[in-house]
Amino acid sequence: MNRRTLLASAAALALTAMLPALPAMAQGTPIPEGEKLKVGFIYVGPVGDGGWSYQHDLGRKAIEAHYGDRIETSYIENVPEGADAERALTQLALAGNKLIFATSFGFMDAVINTAAKFPDVRFEHATGYKRAENVATYDARFYEGRAVLGTIAGMMTKTNKVGFIGSFPIPEVMQGINSTFIHLRKVNPDVELKVVWAYTWFDPAKEADAASALLAEGVDVILQHTDSTAPLAKLQEKGGIGFGQASDMAAFKPTPRVSAIIDNWEPYYIKRVGEVLDGTWASHGVWLGIKDGEVGIGEITEAVPAEVKAAAEAMRDQIAGGYHPFTGPLNKQDGSAWLAEGQTPTDEELASMDFFVEGITAQIPR
Amino acid sequence: MIGWTTLLLLMSAATPILFAALGEAIAERSGVLNLGVEGMMITGALAGFAAAHATGSPLAGFVAGAAAGAAISLIFGVLTQYLLTNQVATGLALTMFGLGLTAMFGRPYEGVKAPSMPGGPLGVNWAIWLGLALVPVTWFVLNRTRRGLILRGVGENHDAAHALGYKVRLVRLTAIAIGGALAGIGGAYVSIATVLQWTEGMTAGAGWIALAIVVFAGWSPWGVLAGAWLFGGVAVLQLRLQAAGVAVPVQLLSMAPYLATIIVLVIISARQKYRGRGSAAPGSLGRPFHATR
Repeated sequence: MNRRTLLASAAALALTAMLPALPAMAQGTPIPEGEKLKVGFIYVGPVGDGGWSYQHDLGRKAIEAHYGDRIETSYIENVPEGADAERALTQLALAGNKLIFATSFGFMDAVINTAAKFPDVRFEHATGYKRAENVATYDARFYEGRAVLGTIAGMMTKTNKVGFIGSFPIPEVMQGINSTFIHLRKVNPDVELKVVWAYTWFDPAKEADAASALLAEGVDVILQHTDSTAPLAKLQEKGGIGFGQASDMAAFKPTPRVSAIIDNWEPYYIKRVGEVLDGTWASHGVWLGIKDGEVGIGEITEAVPAEVKAAAEAMRDQIAGGYHPFTGPLNKQDGSAWLAEGQTPTDEELASMDFFVEGITAQIPR
Repeated sequence: MIGWTTLLLLMSAATPILFAALGEAIAERSGVLNLGVEGMMITGALAGFAAAHATGSPLAGFVAGAAAGAAISLIFGVLTQYLLTNQVATGLALTMFGLGLTAMFGRPYEGVKAPSMPGGPLGVNWAIWLGLALVPVTWFVLNRTRRGLILRGVGENHDAAHALGYKVRLVRLTAIAIGGALAGIGGAYVSIATVLQWTEGMTAGAGWIALAIVVFAGWSPWGVLAGAWLFGGVAVLQLRLQAAGVAVPVQLLSMAPYLATIIVLVIISARQKYRGRGSAAPGSLGRPFHATR
């Protein structure tokens, strides 16, 4: 299990995380020129995972490049979730880091415990919902990216069968599947979405087998919400297209990887480090998306016809301009009404999503 | 729905665990419990991928995977057979060592593509055929040859074998190396044929499943084949059924092979108790051997 596994149970409590920033509570004073701010990171995986932790490390490198010698960064990788995380966080705090990013959901309690012991250290926790005066949380609206990929997938499929490799049926993944399906159907009313649950975040062989199973069912476009590049490698071998997940996965350009959802933590990290430097940092909980630059769409390659690319970019720009991927009328899978014409869900509703929308034939494992 | 494609997927999914479990069965038949299968597999996966990438030949990859698996298993062999370290602890350490070592040396291979695997008869690649062929070969060598008899003798009672003049440590070291080589081939299959790339930690527990299969199989090569197909089959079948839109209890199906292992264990021990038949486990399994004379 890892960072996002617990999201299901956490969802109900996560609500506050999605609300706009809490009342600002400025902490500390600006850091004078000449004095270095030390910034620490802990990662759940190796920085070379090519996905989740890799993207967070790009954020670390970005703040180094941006602030130069005003700051100094360090990181600890492969930190298991649980008690070990507290040890790693304590180590970073004792080493003089005044801002610490904990980049996995399962670090939550460790962050809260460590933060209580080091009131002068600021903590930033990714995808969590527990906050304190010196603990802020941040998350990304991955489902917005799914709307763009769904548009591409719906226009690109020749067999009218699109596959989705899911990890666990938790809200974050349900949002992604629903958003994909809604936008598939917008551009292609005949398309069918086949869902396979892998019950893992990271198992390349199983992800590859899941891709094979989908291809054997006649699927020719695959989206994934698991961490490895194995499905793309399988597509390369057997034909069909797919997308980068969490990271650009550029090694598979121009095909099978025709685009990607990229978690871009750089702007947020640069902003928060800046706030510590000028003494305006305050605890908050944010959920950022395409318009904030936190969810990025990877380059759409030449394997995609121009009109498809244009449609995808239009979708991306619409979302940036305020279009909500979940805009009514929408029904749930069982036919009951969910959203009325023009209505959009609250962040609380999204954070606890546990159903498919109408039209998806796959079943949610119970 | 359960047609040839599904069978192909099943055989492909079963192949890495078939190789690794056959190797472990041979090692355990000689009385050595090596819990480092996962570490040997991941080492084979990286070495195999690196060699296949460098030479462009999957065959070279499998050879390199076997060599690397055997080499790392010999660390375990020397430690347990000559320095008499605890086999369980050393095996676990071997797994962690293999995972760490490959994480370090695997960095340059991330995002690199593998050469394509040539097909074989009936669209089944030759590595799968090799795995299938090894089952009767292993059975024959273990049960119908003198060398196999010596190996089993060492595993059943190392003191008696020693008294008869057989070189217990040499036999075991050989069995460990064969086990390591087969685990290495299994790992290489994952990186070269299944996933077609190197990713840190990519064997994701296949070594542990191989260990379970050896017990499930009652230490017999045919049982290993049945176990590998059961585990591989369930894994593939549930993915196929899901893709076909059939509502399947995923958790139940994923649990099935482990349940089957427990049931087989219960049957084995019940047979022992009520019929007075001996356990299928080799008599000296996991016990350290020290020649006192």
